[in-house]
Amino acid sequence: MAVLGLLVLLTAGCNVDREWVASRDPSEAEAQEEMQEQAAFFDIEGSPELDAAARKYQDYVDGQSELLVDRTEGFVAAVKTGDVEEAKELYAPSRVPWERIEPIAEKFGTLDPEVDAREGDVPDRQWTGFHRIEQALWVEDTTEGQAEYASELMSDVRRLERKVDNVRLQASDPVFGAVELLNEVSATKITGEEERYSHTDLYDIAANVEGAEVAFEFVKPVVERQNTELVAEIETRFADLEREMEPYRRGDGWVSYEKLDESERRVLSQKVDALAEPLSRVGRVLSGS
Amino acid sequence: MSEDKETSLLGRKFSRRTALTLAGTFGAGMALGGGGALSARELAEGDQTVEFYGEHQAGIATPQQDRLHFAAFDLTVSKAEEIRDLMRAWSDAAARMCAGKSVGGGNDAFVPPEDTGEAQDLTAGRLTVTFGFGPTLFEKDGKDRFGLASRKPEALQEIPDLPGDNLDPELSGGDVCVQACADDPQVAFHAVRNLARIGRGAAVIRWSQLGFGRTSSTSSAQKTPRNLMGFKDGTNNIRAEDEDLMDNYVWVREGPAWMQSGTYLVARRIRMLIEIWDRSPLLEQEQTIGRHRASGAPLGKEDEYDKVDLEAKGPDGLPLIPMDSHIRLARKDQRERILRRGYSFTDGMDSKTGQLDAGLFFISFQRDPHRQFVPLQRRLGQNDRLTEYIQHTGSAVFACPPGVRRGGFAGESLLA
Repeated sequence: MAVLGLLVLLTAGCNVDREWVASRDPSEAEAQEEMQEQAAFFDIEGSPELDAAARKYQDYVDGQSELLVDRTEGFVAAVKTGDVEEAKELYAPSRVPWERIEPIAEKFGTLDPEVDAREGDVPDRQWTGFHRIEQALWVEDTTEGQAEYASELMSDVRRLERKVDNVRLQASDPVFGAVELLNEVSATKITGEEERYSHTDLYDIAANVEGAEVAFEFVKPVVERQNTELVAEIETRFADLEREMEPYRRGDGWVSYEKLDESERRVLSQKVDALAEPLSRVGRVLSGS
Repeated sequence: MSEDKETSLLGRKFSRRTALTLAGTFGAGMALGGGGALSARELAEGDQTVEFYGEHQAGIATPQQDRLHFAAFDLTVSKAEEIRDLMRAWSDAAARMCAGKSVGGGNDAFVPPEDTGEAQDLTAGRLTVTFGFGPTLFEKDGKDRFGLASRKPEALQEIPDLPGDNLDPELSGGDVCVQACADDPQVAFHAVRNLARIGRGAAVIRWSQLGFGRTSSTSSAQKTPRNLMGFKDGTNNIRAEDEDLMDNYVWVREGPAWMQSGTYLVARRIRMLIEIWDRSPLLEQEQTIGRHRASGAPLGKEDEYDKVDLEAKGPDGLPLIPMDSHIRLARKDQRERILRRGYSFTDGMDSKTGQLDAGLFFISFQRDPHRQFVPLQRRLGQNDRLTEYIQHTGSAVFACPPGVRRGGFAGESLLA
């Protein structure tokens, strides 16, 4: 079922982009979104334990979406008052809660591209969200012309918060979400494409890893009863990856990703792969075998 | 969890049983392969398999296949027993793949399949997987990483810098090597891919090389192939059927007990300066090699296997086989004979020059690289006219332990 569900997700994802490019008529877009969301969340009958894991994960996702709203408020305010330095300061930390729960946000139709599209992902006239403002701040060193994007971003993250509140997450969400978060790292972050102007990629990577670890923690008791070795392996690999990242920490944040040379990025990538491999076997808890 | 209760997916009703049955259908082939029953692939196979277990590792004396995927790994573990676990897992998977089976069954819809699947429905393609240990496994930067330093064979010293080397450290060295050879490139790739996946967290690929055409014969039943210079290569190679030669030059009989019946593998990535070679006159090409291009015969002779006469002189009184020709220099000292098992390669285009990045991925097996390969290559690198047309860009040496016994694993004699 999960496989079928994922398949639907993948196909749905493609449709979203195409439809979204074609029109952003609000009512049509919203109807589209509702459909996508129904497809995105599928039920897997859970044991009480798995259901409990889903509830805990739900609380976490709710909390992060609230934090996202809080932090984005500060960032948006700085952009609107034209304080470039303050806006640069707040940019990466605002994105952290988003990155921790990204796979959930991705389920809500057009929300993900609206908030997180990178240049070239969508036609330029439809390009909005964090990275649009990132480009203005770092490439042009200005907030000029960004007020509208800032307002839109604010309303989009508020929309996310509402949607997260109204959805009922399943045990499959933390199980697959943990791997998906690491896939995000492997696919676009390790290359430095995600934050190509600000080079704050390590904030995103760390947030993806944190989100994955929290998700795993919630299902861990169930995995533990099935396969203690797997749990030990995953925990060792989380620790390995975190140890690898530690030297790049600076205060509450991270060094610029430009400071990492090719071989340092490669080692990081390999540690992520080493962790994601056993993590992908956690799905076995869902079949109960 | 109840099996009968229906759950909703896309507004349709699916029971868990339906979902698992669906997944089961998709995964059926693999389940057969993994479950011990014979799959269609195994039945159709005939003699397309080469035995993984035996006195010597396969992929050395066994007839050379058409394709290569070679990978050098660096270990990321810290304890010898973790290497042992890795080698056991790798050996089990290699034995299965060489027998034409998938690395594992599993048709659980909620986890990724154990085998990556691309070799399903293909024959085993005479797949062989050969393992070797590099010098850095025993000692790296002066550190005895795994407590194995005292067991490092004398013969496993790093290959020293040799004349004409232009080595890229990123294409050299490695703690453990995997040589996967098969007649089908997808089978060879599948082997390395699945071993890399199994090794995730314990080993990372340091470099790897694909080879697409064998450049030597290792069996008298094989015709001599041509390398990318257009010349027959390996006419004078050791043939695996010649057990005396194999015992004299390939199989190890000295050094630590764990290496008895093993051998040493030297790998050299030799880039050919293709464009330059291609604009050299035939006469120059033939004098460089010392053989006629069309027949493969030594200069002045007619047949490929005619005896090489180093004394023969032309009408001008000069040696027919020039003093700096490749075959003259290569055969100077019989004690340096080696078993060559190389492949042609291309990595596409060199983006800096726009030239073809292609050549010979040289692999040789020998009892002692420092008495065989090293002096041979030192002489060639200094005097061989061929060095004008080639560059050695990668280098590695590995100790290939003896063959694997059933129920055992490669390197057991070192790690158990």
